[in-house]
Amino acid sequence: MELDFSRQLHFWWALLPEIILCAWGMVVLIAGVSGKHKKGGAEEGGDPTLSGGADLGWLALVGVLLSALANGWLYGVTEVGRTSMIAVDGFRLFANWIFLIAAALSILISFAYVYRQRLQAGEFYALMLFATAGMMFMAGGRDLIVIFLGLEVMSIAVYALTAFNRRERKSAEAGLKYFLLGAFATGFFLYGIALTYGATGSTNVSVIGERIASGAASGTLTTLAITFLIIGFGFKVSAVPFHMWTPDVYEGAPAPVTAFMSAGVKAAAFVAFLRVFLVAFDASYETWYPVLWWLAAITMVSANLMALVQSNVKRMLAYSSIAHAGYLLVALTAANETAAAGMLFYLLIYTVMNIGAFAIVIGAAHQAEERLQVEDYAGFGWARPFLGVVLTIFLLSLAGFPGTGGFMAKIYVLQGAADAQLWYLSVILVLTTIASYWYYLRLAWFMWMKDQVTEGQHTLVITPFPMRIALIASVCVVLYLGFAPGAAIDFARDSVQGLGAVGGGLLGLGQ
Amino acid sequence: MVTILFYLFAGLAIGGAIGVVMAKSPVGSLLFMVTTLAAMAATFVLLEAHFLAAIQIIVYAGAIMVLFLFVIMLLNLGHDYQRDLKGGAFAVLSFAIVGAISGLLAQRLGAAGSSDITAGGVAIDAAIAEHGAIGAIAQPLYTTYVVPFEITGILLLVAIVGALVLAKKEV
Repeated sequence: MELDFSRQLHFWWALLPEIILCAWGMVVLIAGVSGKHKKGGAEEGGDPTLSGGADLGWLALVGVLLSALANGWLYGVTEVGRTSMIAVDGFRLFANWIFLIAAALSILISFAYVYRQRLQAGEFYALMLFATAGMMFMAGGRDLIVIFLGLEVMSIAVYALTAFNRRERKSAEAGLKYFLLGAFATGFFLYGIALTYGATGSTNVSVIGERIASGAASGTLTTLAITFLIIGFGFKVSAVPFHMWTPDVYEGAPAPVTAFMSAGVKAAAFVAFLRVFLVAFDASYETWYPVLWWLAAITMVSANLMALVQSNVKRMLAYSSIAHAGYLLVALTAANETAAAGMLFYLLIYTVMNIGAFAIVIGAAHQAEERLQVEDYAGFGWARPFLGVVLTIFLLSLAGFPGTGGFMAKIYVLQGAADAQLWYLSVILVLTTIASYWYYLRLAWFMWMKDQVTEGQHTLVITPFPMRIALIASVCVVLYLGFAPGAAIDFARDSVQGLGAVGGGLLGLGQ
Repeated sequence: MVTILFYLFAGLAIGGAIGVVMAKSPVGSLLFMVTTLAAMAATFVLLEAHFLAAIQIIVYAGAIMVLFLFVIMLLNLGHDYQRDLKGGAFAVLSFAIVGAISGLLAQRLGAAGSSDITAGGVAIDAAIAEHGAIGAIAQPLYTTYVVPFEITGILLLVAIVGALVLAKKEV
């Protein structure tokens, strides 16, 4: 099928995955208020996989599945021209897979948490679906207005999800903090869009690229616009000078939301970052390349240093997520197709391993916000062998040990950096990765090498059936991509083919 | 004449914006904001965008500001509060940054003459002549930009759901 966007009906087909998710979100909302389970009540002896709002969770999963089917169907569709408002290219579809996987895994690990904390299941799952739709708009938008609206749909849903557990003081505080700082950063982003429009007379990413390449755009305004857009995106991906909110928000938010946020929001922001900077601002590579270089370097170094001294596991994972943003910024700085494919691969593997690690943290914390110190994991591995092994694999993958997906992801990013001859940045990446072994392995060391503080302290750790599905799926992906990454990286390379060709410029002027 | 009026309203808008952040009581901030929005509406009139000016007054200066005022009055937030901005250094820094940015913009626009702006103006005039003042906005809103328009609907729905979840009394 061929899509011609001069016919408005064709927007329907191009946006089918997003439309399904939004419509399904409304269905879940209505099911949530009309069902008998007005409160996700924790009745005695209830099974969290079936009662207490779990049916709404399964319903939301069906929506994710339908959207995935639509996303697969879009591979058979081509578009006429490459300047339409909605992109139908491999890059968007690959990013959509990442978001859908993040949403499915997050929903699977939420069941017991929603049940135990008596959250309002309908709204919870609906907001997750809407946030996912927002991410997909960001990945698919070829117009800065669509990207901005996608960013807002995603952010507002995530603000609400962060503050969702209102009985917990920390959750409300984190929600307010995230909201205020996020609104501030959104202002920067919007101002950047306005300045881009002032410089080039268009909000369409492809048209902006052409105008800048042909020299029709004003240099000063473009530079200002790039600065503001970097601040806006930098906040969302939590690069270091704009990372202040991350540890507090990750610690305060309900744990499944933290998992969703650290994987999905970051992936969406990076994907939009990549499209805007490689297609629209390709010709001004010389302007933004030094800024991103320093951002990447500072992010990698300081995030890893700060992670070394964390004793709370959620905070440690928050700093680890900032550090991973630094590694991904290296790929962005390299700005060539190898690095872009490496970034997509990295985001995929990061989503899976990070949500997996958070799933076990949720289980170990008794589906609540307790027992989150590193010391609480003493003897965890021997008491719960299956969970211990799985968590160790996720930690090794996050650290980037050979044989895991995380290692291959870093190799592909380094390959992109080498193509762009970013030698210093590559050295920093390797050194900070080695430094990060300390804090990942410290947790593993506590799990396997220390004795339990009190006998039987890990017997209460529950991992219900849906969470086990998520864990087994994640660990399979991490190991499979670690040993046989060929098919996935080829797929990622096909997906970024021709992404930057429209702007008239060549990808990676720094080569 | 138009130039004098423009500088008058531009000064009012900027003064009002500074007033919003400097005022001691929330109600004062709000009234300053109304000033800014009204001055911007006047600037729209000077650009002959009468429909936008009317919308600006009705929606922003009218409806939204009144809503804000209601909330502040009903929650009894109208009293003065201690200023919690840390020292003058931040204020000086932020004004310096804003000043530098506006200086750069003014320099660039001054150097380039107003050719870009006239080009845009011609296009707008043509659109108004063809569709009328309201049609010139409605036409692209419901054709070219129909996708962002629909996404805005989703955005509002998400905002309503989020607000309800967080503000509901019974949890």
